[in-house]
Amino acid sequence: MEAKKLNLTLNIWRQKSAGSVGSFAEYKVQVSPDASFLEMLDEINNTLEAKGEEAIHFESDCREGICGTCGLVINGQPHGPLPKIATCQLHMRNFKDGETIWVEPFRAKAFPVIKDLMVDRSGFDKILQAGGYVSVNTGGTPDGNMIPIPKDIASLAMDAAACIGCGACVAACKNASAMLFVSAKVSQYALLPQGQPERYIRVEKMVKVMDELGFGSCTNTYACEAECPKGISVTNIARMNRDFMMAKIKNKEVEV
Amino acid sequence: MGWFLKFLNSSIGKKFMMAVTGSFLIIFLVVHLIGNITLFFGASAFNAYVLTLDVIKPLIRVIELVLLTAFILHIFNGLKLWIENKRARGVTYKINGSPENSDVFSRTMFLTGSIVFIFLVLHLATFFWRFNVHDPEGLANTHQYFDIVTGFFQIWWYVILYIVAVLLLGFHLNHGFQSAFQTFGWNHKKYFPLVQKIGTLYAIIMALGFASMPIYFFFFYGGNQ
Repeated sequence: MEAKKLNLTLNIWRQKSAGSVGSFAEYKVQVSPDASFLEMLDEINNTLEAKGEEAIHFESDCREGICGTCGLVINGQPHGPLPKIATCQLHMRNFKDGETIWVEPFRAKAFPVIKDLMVDRSGFDKILQAGGYVSVNTGGTPDGNMIPIPKDIASLAMDAAACIGCGACVAACKNASAMLFVSAKVSQYALLPQGQPERYIRVEKMVKVMDELGFGSCTNTYACEAECPKGISVTNIARMNRDFMMAKIKNKEVEV
Repeated sequence: MGWFLKFLNSSIGKKFMMAVTGSFLIIFLVVHLIGNITLFFGASAFNAYVLTLDVIKPLIRVIELVLLTAFILHIFNGLKLWIENKRARGVTYKINGSPENSDVFSRTMFLTGSIVFIFLVLHLATFFWRFNVHDPEGLANTHQYFDIVTGFFQIWWYVILYIVAVLLLGFHLNHGFQSAFQTFGWNHKKYFPLVQKIGTLYAIIMALGFASMPIYFFFFYGGNQ
């Protein structure tokens, strides 16, 4: 038996282009409680296109919570009200019949809106290019488990590496700070032996680019951790703070 | 020194500055509260405490300079961070979802800090100015320190402002204490919950401790006979 459809009022941010002034547009929809949030937007777009109107632009790719492409601010919360899921994993059964939902793009100076709900998150790529890698310039593929790594350390590194780079941390932070993302990327290498040679130069380079891009600074509200679809811990931020201070004490001047 | 100034100018460096100066102010408040407790032991105890501080005046002056530096750096750096962080989000959200993902103490640091700052100015104008600038020799001879403090604690609006300010100071400290640990990188799931609890306990003790004095002298003290 098909579940009863929900009647919802959606207020969705519409903006023609990066430079233009946007506003909210109201859409009244009937949607199955089994639909995902993105499937509901697909349905709205089908209706809009049938009427010859321009579709709502939003980003999505894998639709199973692992790629980090989707990301909407739903009723003030990135990826909606449920913890540890991406927007694509949010189902309409979590909303009440007759509810009004506000849908906004991620808001940050470093994430300018491209169109409607699409934002430019290439700042994250620039941070990764600055140091989010391990340089291996020679040799063949090493054997697995050649370097002993304790299980708890491997797990911490894996937890940090679970970051999908969606940008919800920036969207949730009242300062639009990228500290959770950058610290996860710093930590996944800082914890492992393979990351040690570039440990301190990496954190300096990545923080420098992060600051230049206009992200705010961290005031330890921990909103990022609460909204992260992968539950990345703010202990990573503490680790990055520690490493950054050590880098400034130990390292020579770095010109990036 | 160039590297150190560059460090202080980075986003993490500015947080470090807030944490270092804040930690110093956290320690100062403990000393301040312990000293003020002598108020409860009567005029002679409090006056003796103030006169003891007078004996080690050169040392006190040095500490006051450090304290002033800490206050100035904490206030101006905080103001700078607040402005920069406001700029980092040009267009704000229509719906503010932050009550769902963070506590009120962490989100109101600028507001609570600003009110505490206004109180601080008034506090220095009333007590510090009278004890140190306005005829200190005369005061030292007449031993009126206790009378001045309890006199202000008879003024209803001063008492209200004092209580509101120290309660908001408690809000500020509740976030600031654990936040300093996080900024220094001392966060491990093993001990950080304890740090947060100690921070909350510290904030409650400070707020109630400082608030207890105006409350006691306004409601329960018979006046300066």
